[in-house]
Amino acid sequence: MDPSNDKIRVEGLSAGFGDRRVLFDVSMALPARRVTAIIGPSGCGKSTFIRILNRMHELVRGAWASGEVHLDGVPIHGPGVDPVLLRRRVGMVFQKPNPFPHLSVRENVLAGLSLTGRRRRSEAEAVMERALAQAALWDEVRDRLDAPAGGLSGGQQQRLCIARALAVDPEVLLMDEPCSALDPIATARIEDLIHALCADYTIVIVTHSMQQAARVSHRTAFLLLGELVEHDDTDRLFTSPRDSRTEDYITGKFG
Amino acid sequence: MSRRHTDREFEAELAELRQRILLMAGRVEKMIALAMQALVEEDLELARTTIRRDDRVNQDEIEIDERCLLILARWQPMAFDLRFITHASKMGTDLERIGDMAVHICERVEDLYQSGYGGPFVRIPRMAEIVQEMLHDAVDAFVAEDVEQAEAVLRRDDEVDALYHDIFLGLLQRMSAGIEPVARCVAVQNIATYLERIGDHATNLAEQVIFVLRGRDVRHGGKRSPSDPPPVNSV
Repeated sequence: MDPSNDKIRVEGLSAGFGDRRVLFDVSMALPARRVTAIIGPSGCGKSTFIRILNRMHELVRGAWASGEVHLDGVPIHGPGVDPVLLRRRVGMVFQKPNPFPHLSVRENVLAGLSLTGRRRRSEAEAVMERALAQAALWDEVRDRLDAPAGGLSGGQQQRLCIARALAVDPEVLLMDEPCSALDPIATARIEDLIHALCADYTIVIVTHSMQQAARVSHRTAFLLLGELVEHDDTDRLFTSPRDSRTEDYITGKFG
Repeated sequence: MSRRHTDREFEAELAELRQRILLMAGRVEKMIALAMQALVEEDLELARTTIRRDDRVNQDEIEIDERCLLILARWQPMAFDLRFITHASKMGTDLERIGDMAVHICERVEDLYQSGYGGPFVRIPRMAEIVQEMLHDAVDAFVAEDVEQAEAVLRRDDEVDALYHDIFLGLLQRMSAGIEPVARCVAVQNIATYLERIGDHATNLAEQVIFVLRGRDVRHGGKRSPSDPPPVNSV
């Protein structure tokens, strides 16, 4: 990997909640405009890891982290870094689609923009249409932009959340098991979207589906009990992993 | 792999596939041995019954492919399992081809003895012995998960090629000098060719075993690195 192409560089990252340590000295580089998948059993620290990347981790009471995370070479925990501005650059999509159900489709997409400054109406409309189109949802909702978001299907709601994240024009998109609540067709749409979005965005996806990681990502990192066991090209990791712990996890072995 | 899969059904399906490959390999090993026995002992009936054994081997190939497809569809295996499933199917193909070669040898045995041409044969049985050992060792390496044993099989292919060359030259000389009937020489030459091919299939099996065990592709000198110059096209 060419280091100049790294969007995010994580060095010696440890983290936890109070006395409980959930990440141990994790170092890895995430290349720009590539999809990196984070896999590992429940409780291995995957979600904590990506929540540190946009400083959401620190919002939990008792949460702590040490080590360094650089975004384009600048430490994200450094003085003068505004976490709110950081979260505009590093957006997040969650496991369960979480639109504001009573707000309209339009209001949902623009929710992030309204929070971070006012725009002219025509400008806001353009942003909304672009974000919905990027999230491959525009054609399905263009006639019901004022309908409540709660009326959309699960898959549409998740794409709406992706549109909401894209509307603020981020550089990195963090996705925490974005398809685990979706049916196979809705999942295929999101995966198709990930393939398209990585031309412009750096994507980090946490997933429990090895097959999904193999399908959508360029690089895969395997975390076990808070440790980074292996981080390699996805094609290599799923066909010939180097570490026997990775082998055991992805082939579903115990003992 | 000493560790077991969490899902016992998956574990059982993999074990069964493995077992089928071993059984199939055992059947084709036996076919080569019987074909050689038919040749050396001038046993036409044995040649014919050996030919009929190929039906079972062909069936093995179909069943192994079917199981591989089902396991892929049901479990979407990864890593070692993925390498094993995709190569189990290739192993089945190579074993089936070895069965075909044994059949062809038996057909030539029929030709030879029906035309009244006999032995003795010296180098042909020696060549058969080596390719049987190669096949046996490739399968053993698979069972024992022994990469070194599989690599040793690859090296033995040169011995087979050297013997084949000797046999070919000897036959050519005898045919040119008119010492032996051309029909006999051609039949013996064919048998040598079939044995040489069995050696190639055993080599393929050993390469597949190495890939399954280590994820390392050793075919045709291994995978080229992207920085290697492109192959030169002959004009």
